[in-house]
Amino acid sequence: MTKEEIMQPENIVYRKPELLNDVPMHYCPGCSHGVVHKLVAEVIAEMGMTDKTIAISPVGCAVFAYKYIDVDWQEAAHGRAPALASAVKRLWPDRLVFTYQGDGDLACIGTGETIHALNRGENITIIFINNAIYGMTGGQMAPTTLLGMKTVTCPYGRVPELHGYPLKMADIAVGLQGTCYVTRQSVHSVAAIMKAKKAIRKAFEYSMQGKGSNLVEIVSTCNTNWRMSPDKANKWMEENMFPFYPLGDLKDNG
Amino acid sequence: MAKMKGATLVDIERCKGCGLCVVACPLNVLALTTKNVNQKGYNYAETVLEDTCTGCTSCAVVCPDGCITVYRKKEE
Ligand SMILES: Cc1ncc(C[n+]2csc(CCOP(=O)(O)OP(=O)(O)O)c2C)c(N)n1
Ligand code: SF4
Ligand code: SF4
Ligand code: SF4
Ligand SMILES: [Mg+2]
Repeated sequence: MTKEEIMQPENIVYRKPELLNDVPMHYCPGCSHGVVHKLVAEVIAEMGMTDKTIAISPVGCAVFAYKYIDVDWQEAAHGRAPALASAVKRLWPDRLVFTYQGDGDLACIGTGETIHALNRGENITIIFINNAIYGMTGGQMAPTTLLGMKTVTCPYGRVPELHGYPLKMADIAVGLQGTCYVTRQSVHSVAAIMKAKKAIRKAFEYSMQGKGSNLVEIVSTCNTNWRMSPDKANKWMEENMFPFYPLGDLKDNG
Repeated sequence: MAKMKGATLVDIERCKGCGLCVVACPLNVLALTTKNVNQKGYNYAETVLEDTCTGCTSCAVVCPDGCITVYRKKEE
C-alpha cells in the first residue's frame, strides 16, 4: 500500500478539532493549555452545543482563548470569571457556560468568586489549569506553587514559614454543598488526555442537567517558566505535582 | 487481525517543534528536523521511519497545537 493510498480523506482518524480555529495559538511550544483547548473544542462539538456555548476567558496565558475556540466568549477581569459565568448562566439557562482559568486567576485574585460560585451551586463548569505558577507574567509564585519549588519570586524555593502552604482548591471545592462534580485530571499522556476529555464532558453534562457546579482541575505544565523542555516538564509534573495533587474524581454527585 | 497501515501529515507552519509527538510515538516514527526550520524558525516534526506508522494517533492526540492529521487503512 502506498502512502498516497493511505492518505485519503476517508482514512482520516484524527485531525485538528473543527472548533479550533486556524489562527496559530500564542502558547509556548508544548504548553498544556493547547491540549486542553483541543479537548474543550472536541467536547462542545460532540455534544452538539457549538451554537449554544458561552465561555468566559480569564486573565493569564489563556486570555486569548476566545480567539482559538470558535464559540461565543466573554472576557472577564482577573479572577472574576466565575461571577460573570454565574450571571450569564442565570440569564441564559439553556446555554453551556464554563470558565477557563489559571491558578493565579482562580486560586489567588479570584478565590472569593470561585468559592462562592461553586458554593451557590451555579450550573456552570470551571476548567482550572493548575500549572503552579503565574505563567503569563513571567513565573511568579502562585498560591498553588509546591513547597520547595523555585520561581522568580521564591528563587530559593517556597518555604511555608515565609510563603505559607500550597492551596488545594479542588479539595476545598469538595466540601462545598453546591458542587456536583470535582475532579483532578492531567494531559501529559494519551491515557490521561482521554480521561480528562471524559471528565470535561461529564462536567458539561451535569451543568446542563442543572445538577450544580463542576470543577475540572487540570494539573498542567508551564515548561517555559519551569525552565524545562516540554517533555521534561511532563516528567517533573508526574514526579512532583501528582503526589501533592493526586489525579482522579474527588466528588461525583451526578 | 488485519494489519493497520498509518500515515501522518504535519502542518509544518503550525508546528512549534515542542517534540511531544516524537516522545509519544511508540514506534519512533517521528523526529524533529535538525537542519530545516519553518517560517517561525522552529524545527518541525517529520516522518523519519517510512512504512512503520500504524495510525495509532498518539502523536496527534498529545500535540498541543493540533498540527497532526492521522490516516489509517486496513492492509488488504
Ligand atoms: C487586576 C490585575 N492584577 C494583576 C494582573 C497581572 N496578571 C496578569 S496574568 C496574571 C497571573 C496569571 O497566572 P495564572 O492565572 O496562573 O495563568 P497562567 O498564565 O499560568 O496560565 C497576573 C497576576 C492583571 N492583569 N490584572
Ligand atoms: S508561559 Fe507557561 S502557561 Fe504560558 S504559554 Fe508559556 S508555557 Fe504555557
Ligand atoms: S500515528 Fe502512532 S505510529 Fe503513527 S507516527 Fe503517530 S504515534 Fe507514531
Ligand atoms: S507535538 Fe505538534 S507542535 Fe509539537 S513537535 Fe509535534 S507536531 Fe510540532
Ligand atoms: Mg498558572
